[in-house]
Amino acid sequence: MRIASLSPHARIFLVLVPLLALLPLVLPTYQVTLANNIGIFALATLGIVLLTGIGGMTSFGQAAFVGISAYSTAYLAIGTDLPAQLGWLGGSPWGGLLLGMVLTLAVAALLGALTLRLSGHYLPLGTIAWGLSLFYLFGNLEFLGGHTGLSGMPALRLFGISLDRAESLYYLIWALVLLAVVVTLNLLDSREGRAIRALRGGQRMSESMGVNTFRAKMVAFLVSAGFAALAGWLYAYTQRFVSPAPFSLQAGIDFMFMALIGGVGQVWGALIGATAVTFLKQWLQDWLPHILGRTGNFESIVFGLLIVVLMQRMPGGIAGWLARHLGHARKLAPSAQPAPTPVEPLPRRALPAKGEAILEVRGVTKRFGGLVANNDISFDVHAGEILAVIGPNGAGKSTLFNQLSCVDRPTSGEIRFRGRRIDGRTAREMAGAGLSRTFQHVKLLPTMSVLENAAIGAHLRGGKGVAAAALRLDRREEARLLDEARRQLGRVGLGQHLHAEAGSLALGQQRILEIARALCADPCLLLLDEPAAGLRHLEKQALAELLKRLRAEGMAIVLVEHDMDFVMGLVDRVFVMEFGEQIAEGVPETIQTNPAVLEAYLGGVE
Amino acid sequence: MSPHGHQAPLLEVRDLCVSYGKIQALTDASLRVGDGQIVTVIGPNGAGKTTLLSAIMGVLPSRGRIAFAGAEASSPTIKSMIGRGVSLVPESRALFGSMSVEDNLRLGGFRFHPRPRRAQDAALEEMYALFPRLKERRAQVAATLSGGERQMLALARALMTRPKLLMLDEPSLGLAPLIVREVFRIIADLRRQGVSILLIEQNARAALRVADYAYVLELGKIVMEGPAAELANDPRVVAAYLGIAGKHQEMLAT
Amino acid sequence: MNLQIVMLLGQDGVTNGAIYALLALSILLVFTVTRILLIPQGEFVSFAALTMAAMQSGTPVRMGWLLVALALAAVALDLYDAARGKGRWRPRGAALAMLAYAAAVTALTGLVPLDKAGVAVQALLTVALVVPLGPLLYRVFYQPIAAAHSLVLLIVSIAVHVVLVGAGLLMFGPEGARTEPFSEEGLSIGMVTLNSQTLWVVAVSLLLIVLLYAFFERTLYGKALRAAAVNRLGAELVGISPEIAGKASFGLAALIGGLSGILIAPITTIYFDSGFIISLKGFVGAIIGGMASYPVAALGALFIGQAESFSTFWASSYKEVIVFTLILPVLLWRSLSHKGAEDEE
Repeated sequence: MRIASLSPHARIFLVLVPLLALLPLVLPTYQVTLANNIGIFALATLGIVLLTGIGGMTSFGQAAFVGISAYSTAYLAIGTDLPAQLGWLGGSPWGGLLLGMVLTLAVAALLGALTLRLSGHYLPLGTIAWGLSLFYLFGNLEFLGGHTGLSGMPALRLFGISLDRAESLYYLIWALVLLAVVVTLNLLDSREGRAIRALRGGQRMSESMGVNTFRAKMVAFLVSAGFAALAGWLYAYTQRFVSPAPFSLQAGIDFMFMALIGGVGQVWGALIGATAVTFLKQWLQDWLPHILGRTGNFESIVFGLLIVVLMQRMPGGIAGWLARHLGHARKLAPSAQPAPTPVEPLPRRALPAKGEAILEVRGVTKRFGGLVANNDISFDVHAGEILAVIGPNGAGKSTLFNQLSCVDRPTSGEIRFRGRRIDGRTAREMAGAGLSRTFQHVKLLPTMSVLENAAIGAHLRGGKGVAAAALRLDRREEARLLDEARRQLGRVGLGQHLHAEAGSLALGQQRILEIARALCADPCLLLLDEPAAGLRHLEKQALAELLKRLRAEGMAIVLVEHDMDFVMGLVDRVFVMEFGEQIAEGVPETIQTNPAVLEAYLGGVE
Repeated sequence: MSPHGHQAPLLEVRDLCVSYGKIQALTDASLRVGDGQIVTVIGPNGAGKTTLLSAIMGVLPSRGRIAFAGAEASSPTIKSMIGRGVSLVPESRALFGSMSVEDNLRLGGFRFHPRPRRAQDAALEEMYALFPRLKERRAQVAATLSGGERQMLALARALMTRPKLLMLDEPSLGLAPLIVREVFRIIADLRRQGVSILLIEQNARAALRVADYAYVLELGKIVMEGPAAELANDPRVVAAYLGIAGKHQEMLAT
Repeated sequence: MNLQIVMLLGQDGVTNGAIYALLALSILLVFTVTRILLIPQGEFVSFAALTMAAMQSGTPVRMGWLLVALALAAVALDLYDAARGKGRWRPRGAALAMLAYAAAVTALTGLVPLDKAGVAVQALLTVALVVPLGPLLYRVFYQPIAAAHSLVLLIVSIAVHVVLVGAGLLMFGPEGARTEPFSEEGLSIGMVTLNSQTLWVVAVSLLLIVLLYAFFERTLYGKALRAAAVNRLGAELVGISPEIAGKASFGLAALIGGLSGILIAPITTIYFDSGFIISLKGFVGAIIGGMASYPVAALGALFIGQAESFSTFWASSYKEVIVFTLILPVLLWRSLSHKGAEDEE
């Protein structure tokens, strides 16, 4: 394999692994100990990168999670006066890892269940309160040694090998750090990973593509807590002593600072941040007392100010800066992309027979307080048919669209999709049933590639989970999902832009990308919200051709649109609304001469 | 022909550009609003009409030149534009929903605060004379008003800032025909009182009827301009923006 | 546990609860106007208490130096903005006035023998030192990123808190301090003696709440601040500057925090880092109020005060654990009553 064909991450590994392997051979022991601490910090910080930088959630409880695991490990390793139920785990490092992992994940799951459905402020506040609670708990529980902590831990023994020296622990710690990096990279490059990365693009979009956003958040939070638990286990065996102080809220804030300084948006930022902060802290602790003439925790002032400046000037941190200036991973030349090997296409849904009623809307009324936004709306849409909903701005089209796509539920009346009632169901359920949509205000992930954006639409057509992704057991399925995304992108005419960032496309192309994403879900009903807005003339023609082809295949399409030229030349039937009411329905020719419609469009001028 | 005579226009915008990240939402837009004129910008949804107003008001950062009343006003901020006498009624109306009609109006005069109570009350009474509905509803919370009343309140609140130029973003949005007629009557009235108006409307027919001069915005570019009456009869405009009704007229004409 | 103990604990709870309620209101005010979770709220409390204590013990009052440093930074930022905007190379009058004020107060606290000045003068001077901290913090740390994602604002809040705690250690040292009570006599009603400081706390809190209410309901400036919270764009379009609204809300937060610090300084020993735990209980109150409702937040904070007081009696070393665990049922209730996924911003 040529180096040029390797991914940037693989190239970093190629340099990093031999370097790390050589370090203990040349460094004095106290430096190796420092490197061990950096490794442990990097592991916990990696969790923050996944949670905050990629998932867009904030936690200050990472140190508390490390603490739960470290205490569990120390408690079992010392093994005196264990309660009978835990006796069998006593003295075993595996027992410590197991207990630490289970307890950490249980606390994380509880906190996550309580806060992740709420707006973004509740998780950080919850983790601050709980971080403090746990800190006081560690300091007050008799069997955890109170404020003096637990000491006298035996050295770590795994598979009969004693890891009692800093150098031997070094290899274990850094092997686990690199393993965690690989697992994280694998996870992010998968269907579940895309769901986590999509969290920042608005939950409504993800849910409409069938992504369970609560679950995606929970996965990120639990994996992040899992890294903390692993770090805690290593920490206990590195120090062979635990006390409450290293797991305070301050330490939780330090982990966040490491991630931010290193670069919270990049996996490697965790390693960079842990290293930079550790060295900077040491240096400041040496020098600040000389400058200030007093000893104390004054380096926090410098770190705090550094974070403020970073947030104001360089929110990407060091890794973000490096990525921008070295330009790696941003734009891979097309030749560097592996040529797709042919894969078996994904199974398709059996399309309904042409003419079958796909959508039946009966007497739908929507009230907002005293305002009637939709009044007694009824119509049908059949397989192999395009229906346009038109009307002046403010006529209630968006309200109707929201109800059809299950974002909102009608006050009264019913909506049936393939005979099944869907009003009151969630957008996510409907994505699975074959209803797919686009958004009036384009909702894409601007820094993700066009291909990945489209692949979010195929979320429900894969089933591999987090573990499979982490271990790369999902490659066959992933190839099929990406192949489907590639196919749909080719079909809408974006085949040339697969690896461009979605944010770099023109607005019209972004709208088309949304259609490709919707098609990746293999729908039988497509809801399009102003698909032609912002498109150039030729693009409109191409879009019309595409929609005609889809119709010929048996797709049912509902579109809300203002562009009359586009609508009249394309659709089978037009449904006209004004002031929340239906004022006309019929084929384009009759609508164009319908007096009520003319009045609506001429309204209020005479 | 020059639509503005020889005097300097009240507002002059030259080569205004706005981008959202990598997307260029407005490209080299140039327009003028003469003193005492109503100028309208029409165009399809997503053409950049709201972006244009936002950029002129300083809600969005822009590149290009803006001059107001003969003085340089490029890279505006909202504060500087209000100070110059420009007021914007955004599409959302941006009312203070949980506060009373009267509080909304008094806050409209915030930039003159603190000034003698009497002057404030006089300005308020003037608004109540112009919009009697609002006087009836003075103690009511803004969020509970009907769509038409909310638009009236938004207009009145903007007028409390004593603007020389009033910019309106889709004032007819979601209003019943009778109310739309009322809104356009008020717009015409305001012009008579010396307020210049830059109007963005999706209801192109109504806008062209009330305006002196018009611009057509498409995909972020000004593609056509001219006296409103001429534009209203331009076949391209009729086909594209006067919608079905335009088609109908075309059919009647042939 | 007899009635007398109940009354005693209840009294403690009311005292603390009133302070938490004030802080909760202040946190909500800042949050609704600026979207900022004011984590440094507690530092206003501890800095005020320690400044007051320093005045009484005759040790140098160093708060002024922090003000001068921040005022200098504000002037520098103004110059930087002017340079970038190609405007005139002249700082705004407001920033210079603030710098002059900071210098004057610093000189005053350094030259006048404050330990003999009496509680009223000391309190007044403490307020004069703490209140400007609010607008200065907003100007220097938050105003440059006022439009950023709320996550970024939160992180900056945490960073500012960390900076201020370090600065607190530098200014006040690691020792804790208490101040003299405002007055000696208590009030006896039957068998219960009401502590005089409790009465002070309750009276001042009530007065402050009434004044705040009048400010927000009766004055146009108060209404303008509310308007900025209700509709940011609308407020800006009628000339309510978001910067001034931000500084004003921070100023009010500093005033409330400063007064709270002066009020509790005679009851509790305050250290340079005590403010955070105190304000966090205000946050719990604000969370109970759903980060939106002032009355519910205040009631929630009063409840936290009682819960804390009574858990001190039952399990004193687990006091904080119990108080912070109380947010779990609140979060559960919020989570259950929450409707579906929604997009922020």
